[in-house]
Parts: sequence; structure tokens; C-alpha cells
Amino acid sequence: MIRVELPTHLRNLAGVSGPVRVEVTGPATLVSVLEALEEAHPVLRGTIRPHDGEGRRPLLRFYAGRRDLSHETLDHPLPAEVVSGGEPLLVVGAIAGG
Amino acid sequence: MAQVRLLVGTRKGAFLLTSDGTRRDWKVDGPHFAGWEIMHVQGSSADSDRLYASQWTDWFGQLVQRSDDGGRSWEAVGNEFRYDGVPGTHQWYDGTPHPWEFKRVWRLAPHPGERDTVYAGVEDAALFRSMDGGVGWTELSGLRTHSTGSTWAPGAGGLCLHTILMDPANPLRMYVAISAAGAFRSDDGGERWEVATGGLRSDFLPDPDARVGHCVHKVAMHPSRPDTLFMQKHWHVCRSDDAGAHWTKVSGNLPSDFGFPIAVHAHEPETVYVVPILSDSVHYPPEGRLRVYRSRSGGNEWEPLTRGLPQQDCYVNILRDAMAVDSLERCGVYFGTTGGQVYASADEGDSWTAVAEHLPPVLSLEAQTLP
Repeated sequence: MIRVELPTHLRNLAGVSGPVRVEVTGPATLVSVLEALEEAHPVLRGTIRPHDGEGRRPLLRFYAGRRDLSHETLDHPLPAEVVSGGEPLLVVGAIAGG
Repeated sequence: MAQVRLLVGTRKGAFLLTSDGTRRDWKVDGPHFAGWEIMHVQGSSADSDRLYASQWTDWFGQLVQRSDDGGRSWEAVGNEFRYDGVPGTHQWYDGTPHPWEFKRVWRLAPHPGERDTVYAGVEDAALFRSMDGGVGWTELSGLRTHSTGSTWAPGAGGLCLHTILMDPANPLRMYVAISAAGAFRSDDGGERWEVATGGLRSDFLPDPDARVGHCVHKVAMHPSRPDTLFMQKHWHVCRSDDAGAHWTKVSGNLPSDFGFPIAVHAHEPETVYVVPILSDSVHYPPEGRLRVYRSRSGGNEWEPLTRGLPQQDCYVNILRDAMAVDSLERCGVYFGTTGGQVYASADEGDSWTAVAEHLPPVLSLEAQTLP
């Protein structure tokens, strides 16, 4: 199971209090995790990536294993420690005040 | 006894304020959707317990929430607003072409008679319709693809479609207003549109009398006189008595005719309310005095309404969607400020009370009159 840490607003929207665990079939990539996440929580559709599935929303970042994956293509394989469940995939809102 | 429910959208959530018909004591419920910008909350006149809310942030985009129990519980419905076809470009602030991009929903307008039909006015300016309670949205693209569409340019708030009015006497007639394109009328239920800006003048345009490019801030209508429209423009308060074909300036003795909201009394179609703001460069009331102005003659002659409103050191703004009236026998008037106050008048504006004082900046306010 892959653990996904969501920002507070998306956790509230999805009605979850901690990391979301998703199972993916086939290669574990950003896109396969996002698809599994949206399948489990349809309310998140459009909030992390556009409805057409292209890219990510501009003020969101993806971190995993102390690396910034935000600029990788969505089909980029996730690090082994994320696939094994040892480390979470972090969906992070870009820091800004307000 | 009748009740009034105020639907308040703020920069950090939605609040519902309720009172009985006396409108003396108010209960504040919220925040709903804490931390999100709530651009607009609106109730259906076909079912007063059905509410829609436009929930948005730059981070996570747009959601539309629906309640079928008067705001006790909410369900996220459809949030896919896809322009019809290849959207092309409109003008950017500097006049260069800029791709049409969906950003957020400014206005939700439930159809007055069809419970599951609701319209959405969005940025970048377009009109969408849902016929299944907000689950699926289809663009009425005749508006955006109007022959002038590629020349529309945004105002400071963006290229937003903020006003949707439906003619209660003619189900095929609708009006929309877009900042900073102008006002448009449809006579076939939203398929085709014509410019409704005759007589408007805007000195910031290269041609001040141009058909499009006017920064219309808000348009209001009394349901008993749907051909008469009142407009608060970037500068100028105007009226039209021929469904937007021709407009006349009725600013009269206002201390400033810059402002954002405009509202019409529930029972007196010639009684109109505006909140003058000093100028487009400062966005606060003249002299630091918060004054609603009322005209009982459809414009030109205005009286300041100050009782209960701060008359010194007040530098808030009142945004375009943040004023509404109820329909009780003695019409109630309400507005919210960027300072987080909600003011209520139970006597047509003669006197005012702050019924909430420390909310986040108020983006929108609607009033429901409940049996």
C-alpha cells in the first residue's frame, strides 16, 4: 500500500484524518497513485490535477523520499521507499500566506 | 413567523445568519468550508432548502457544494467546467491575446422554477448551465463566442461573469454582466446574445462609447419590471427602461458614483440602494464614512442612510455581490464589508445594526425569506 499525505484542506474534503492508503496495479507512478486516490475519493477530482489529467495544479508540489517530484512527468516511477510503503508521497500546497 | 436567512460567502468560509421576522436577534452558523474562499452562496426559490456554494482556492481549484437541508449538510457536486470547443483568446490587461482559462465560479443562479437547473457565471467569463442539480455543467457558449468575445479584457478582479438575471415574465430572456466587457441579453434562453450597453460611457476606453469594454460592476432588476435595469458601473450609476438597449446615467447627487453593489427594494421598483466608494484607486468610502444611499425615484435623487453605520475612520469596501434585500413586508436590506461586518436594516435602510462584526472579508451576501 502506498501512503499519500494530503494537505489539510484536501483531507477535510476527502473526510480523512491521516494518510490515505491506496493500492495501485501495475507500475507505481504519480499518475497511477492519483488515479487510485481519485477513485477512492471522487471529491478530489480536479483538486490536485486538472480534469483532463494533464500535469498538476500550479500551486501544488509532490515530494517523496526527500526529493521534489513536482517537475517529473506523471508517469515517472515513484521511489522504491514510497512503493514499499516506507515513506509517504507528500502532496503539498505551495507555501503562501493569507 | 417568517424567517430570514443570510448566505454569506467570505474569504475563509461560508456563514449562515438566521433571524425571525423581527430581524433583531441573529444566530451565526459557520464557518462552513473553513479556510476556503466562498465566492457565492445562493438558495433556490423553487426549494428554499436547496443551497449552492461556490468553493474555491488558488491551490485546489473549484468545487461546487449543494445542500438540500438549508445548509445543515453539504455534498460536493460537479466541478468540471470545460469550455465548449477550442476556447481561443480574449484580451489581457495590456491588450495582448490571452488564452481563455477557467479559474473559478463567481455566481450561482438557480432557475426560479426548475429545481434542478442552475446557472454558473465563471472567470474567464462564460456561462454554464446544469440541469441535474449541479452535477454536470455545460457551457452556453453562444455568449463567450459572441463576435466581440476576443476583445473582452479583465477588470481588476479578473474577467468575471458576476451577474445573471432571469426575466420572471419571459422565461427565454436572460441578462448577464461581465467585468470588464459589459452587459448582454439573450432572448432565447441563453443560446444567442446581444450587447446591452447602449448609452454607456467609460472614459478609460479609447472609444468611451464603445459597445464592449465597459466595467459593469453589478446589475439589478425588480421582478415586477423586468425591462427596467439598474447598474452600478466602475463609474456611474445607470438605468435602462428598455431591457438594456439604452442606459441613462442617474448618479445625480451621489458623493461618488463609483461603487460595486446595487440592489432594488423588494416591493418598490423605483427604490434603489448603492454604497458609494471614493474612487477606483482607493476603494473605500468617501470621508471615511460608511453611507448607503437610497433613491426612491429610480435614481438621480439620493439620500444618505447613516444611522447605525460608522461615520468616521471607516475604510472598508463593499464588494459587488455583497448586498441583498429580503422580501418581508417592511423590506430588509443587508450588506457585508471587506472588514468582516454584516450590516442589517429591518426598516428599508433607515437604520442599521451590525449583526456580525468579525467575519473574514465578505465576498458575497444573499438574503432568503423563509416561511
